[in-house]
Amino acid sequence: MADPIIVEVVSPEKVLYSGEADMVITRTAGGGEIAFQAGHAAFLGVLVENHTRVFQTDGQVQDIAVHRGFVEVSGNPTKISLLSDTAELAADINVDRAKEALERHQQTLRDETVDGAIADAVAGKARAQARLTASGFTA
Amino acid sequence: MAGGTERILRGRIKAMQSTKKITRAMELIAGSRIVKAQQRVQAAVPYSEQITEVVKDLAAAGASNDVPMLAGRDEVKTTCYVAITADRGLCGGYNAGVQRATEGEVKADVLAGKGYTIVPVGKKAEGYFRFRDYQLSQSFMGFSDQPSYEDARHIGEYVVDLFVSGQVDKVELVYTRFITAGNQEVVLRPLVPLSADTVAGGDGKAGSSDGSGGDYEFEPDPTEILDSLLPRYVEARIYAALLNAAASEHAFRQRAMKSATDNAEELINSLSIVMNRARQASITSEIMEIVGGAAALDGGDATHGYVDMGDDYFGQQLEELENASGGSSA
Repeated sequence: MADPIIVEVVSPEKVLYSGEADMVITRTAGGGEIAFQAGHAAFLGVLVENHTRVFQTDGQVQDIAVHRGFVEVSGNPTKISLLSDTAELAADINVDRAKEALERHQQTLRDETVDGAIADAVAGKARAQARLTASGFTA
Repeated sequence: MAGGTERILRGRIKAMQSTKKITRAMELIAGSRIVKAQQRVQAAVPYSEQITEVVKDLAAAGASNDVPMLAGRDEVKTTCYVAITADRGLCGGYNAGVQRATEGEVKADVLAGKGYTIVPVGKKAEGYFRFRDYQLSQSFMGFSDQPSYEDARHIGEYVVDLFVSGQVDKVELVYTRFITAGNQEVVLRPLVPLSADTVAGGDGKAGSSDGSGGDYEFEPDPTEILDSLLPRYVEARIYAALLNAAASEHAFRQRAMKSATDNAEELINSLSIVMNRARQASITSEIMEIVGGAAALDGGDATHGYVDMGDDYFGQQLEELENASGGSSA
């Protein structure tokens, strides 16, 4: 197996996660889901709300809900930095609140006709879904 | 009357002692918050370093340079100053420093015939500039001790909007940089457009051996990434400035409160001396009065070198008392 990759999830307030991994799966704007392994070409992408999975070298998977941000893959050994001003580790997610939010936003989507409100609801729904899938629920 | 001054002084000393307790408490609180604020400054470093790195790499990779936030405008007509101060006073020259620096810049602009607008952050800046009738844009306040990223985002969105919509051609940050607990300075930093040296020197740490970041893959294309990246970058810069300002505010407050406590102590000491002197004086004058009164009662007998308080006087009183009690029991 190739060398492990160094993964860092950084939010403005703190370094949320940092560790070694074999693979990272995240989702970029326009590109869909993308997986990085050691030796990946240098890459820069914009992230959308997603459920990011970090496959750690010890075999465990760290689930993270990432709401917008950037991913930079660089260097040798490969280093992956996820920069996000709003990201949550699976353990920190309040599942009940996310479910509630999801329902609320779905309701808004059914009823609302104002563009701005719909956009808010779409974003909110995506966030709630990212949270839920990251914490192990299938929405 | 002498006893009056003493009472007044005692009151003042009491008041000073309770003031001292308050300033001491504020000093201790500020002291403990400095450490926390410093940790927050440190915690924000990785994000802002990495986001700077990404901006550099993008610029090096040849992302379009005509993004206005990078390139700037040829003619700067209006400058926006984001002045970051505290919400509260009692922190020495902290607020005044930022206000003075901003005012100086604004006056220079006015002299040069340029426009300006101020975005005050913190109640003190708002009050100061509004009272003096400066041109203000929206103000932000209520979070100076413990700014959150959310607060930085509000400010960021607002100033980016001001810039993009063309209302201002340049945005500058005025805040107090925290260097060490004993050393802070007021600084003026360009925020938008990003200064050339912020984006220069992108080595593409991607490890591209030839030093050009050219072998990056982008998704979506570089210009689009830059579009969504730059506002984040501005927010990160503002956030860092807010955290620095908060740490500086606590440091300033601790110093101000320490000297207030020291002054209170000094004042208590000197007031106690004055009070004791007044008390001594009133006791002396009381004795003098008694002495004088007794001497007068004595019929002005000049042969007595000292005053005889008169055993006889008390003797008479006692006799009278005895008689009275004897009479009633009989």
